[in-house]
Amino acid sequence: MIRFKNYVRAESLEEAYNLNQKKSSVIGAGMMWLKVQNRIKMTLVDLSGLGLDGIEETDEEFVIGAMCTLRQLEIHKGLDGYFPGLFKECTRSIIGVQFRNGATVGGSIFGRFGFSDILTCMLALDTYVEFYKGGIIPLEEFCSQKFNRDILVSIRIKKDGRRAYYASSRMTKTDFPLIACCVSAADDTYYVSVGARPARAELAVISRKEEADVKKLAALAAERFRYGTNFRGSAEYRKHLTEVYVKRLFMALNQEEG
Amino acid sequence: MQIEFTLNGRLIYEETRDDETLFHLLRRKGCYSVKCGCETENCGLCTVLVNGVSRLSCSYLAARADGCDIVTLEGIQKEAEEFGSFLSAEGAEQCGFCSPGLIMNVLAMEKELDSYEEEKVKEYLAGNLCRCSGYMGQLRAVNKYLSRGENRNEC
Repeated sequence: MIRFKNYVRAESLEEAYNLNQKKSSVIGAGMMWLKVQNRIKMTLVDLSGLGLDGIEETDEEFVIGAMCTLRQLEIHKGLDGYFPGLFKECTRSIIGVQFRNGATVGGSIFGRFGFSDILTCMLALDTYVEFYKGGIIPLEEFCSQKFNRDILVSIRIKKDGRRAYYASSRMTKTDFPLIACCVSAADDTYYVSVGARPARAELAVISRKEEADVKKLAALAAERFRYGTNFRGSAEYRKHLTEVYVKRLFMALNQEEG
Repeated sequence: MQIEFTLNGRLIYEETRDDETLFHLLRRKGCYSVKCGCETENCGLCTVLVNGVSRLSCSYLAARADGCDIVTLEGIQKEAEEFGSFLSAEGAEQCGFCSPGLIMNVLAMEKELDSYEEEKVKEYLAGNLCRCSGYMGQLRAVNKYLSRGENRNEC
């Protein structure tokens, strides 16, 4: 369990940023994953007083505050209206409602955890992350960066007309995913995101023109990722599941188009 | 550090360590219904209501409770007794260790959801683990409790 000496509820992003420049400081978001880590820190910087816990919808995008909880993401009517069932599907298996009332979107995205359903889902959408000092960058670019000491302010999902579906496999209902897949489509392009391989989610962009048969296209998509083995499943099994789920998601998208 | 919060309707001023969790604070204040089963945020035994929302007190910092309204099972005895009678009628309890957390989450669910389809209920309560009952008795009790209004109307 994490231990720390000083708790500071930041009163401004500038204060949070300055406090977080010390290696002995850590940002406290939902405190779900952080709490179970065996770390000793001098200062925990709490962002809960900065008003970063809302979801704002504009004509161009959704702006999700870093301290917005997974439950808010799950039940937000605007998000569900634009991406029907997507966020419900990617959050519903994460432990229980009490957990999702605490875990934050910012914590999930900033941590870039290998098991993250949220990262997998958002990576397949036109998503950007906004940092206090670093500005706005695409989520895919952030995923390839090293950890920094900036403050994640918001996650922005553009309304670019993508439709998306999500699927995951778990050994038990509320366990970490064995594999997590999200596919979105816009025009002639599929955006395929696969997480829990068991590494950090990655994105593959595939043209529909590459292959007309969805089964073969799904196999092509699955080839784009590297898989690993752990006690939940082997690399071969994960790859096989990816082919199956991606094919199903392609079919769901095609069916929607009619 | 000094914090001020409402616990079951009473205003509390309390000195707390900066890294103390709400769970430990509540046990110190005599709320023994709040239990710790896993300490990894999986079991739901430590569920309390923070500003009306069900939260896991084992991962909620006491310092964050400053200015909040906290409700434990001790603060909702009447509602808990009503649901408890459904649990006992269905033989849903064995050791009873998980019951306080389950009751808190069922009461939160009752307030939050507008309909109680079985799949929705199961999903809402997935974060409340029980090692001895097998869930079927609990589920029967929850369904009967949630439909008690309809039964009254039928009578």
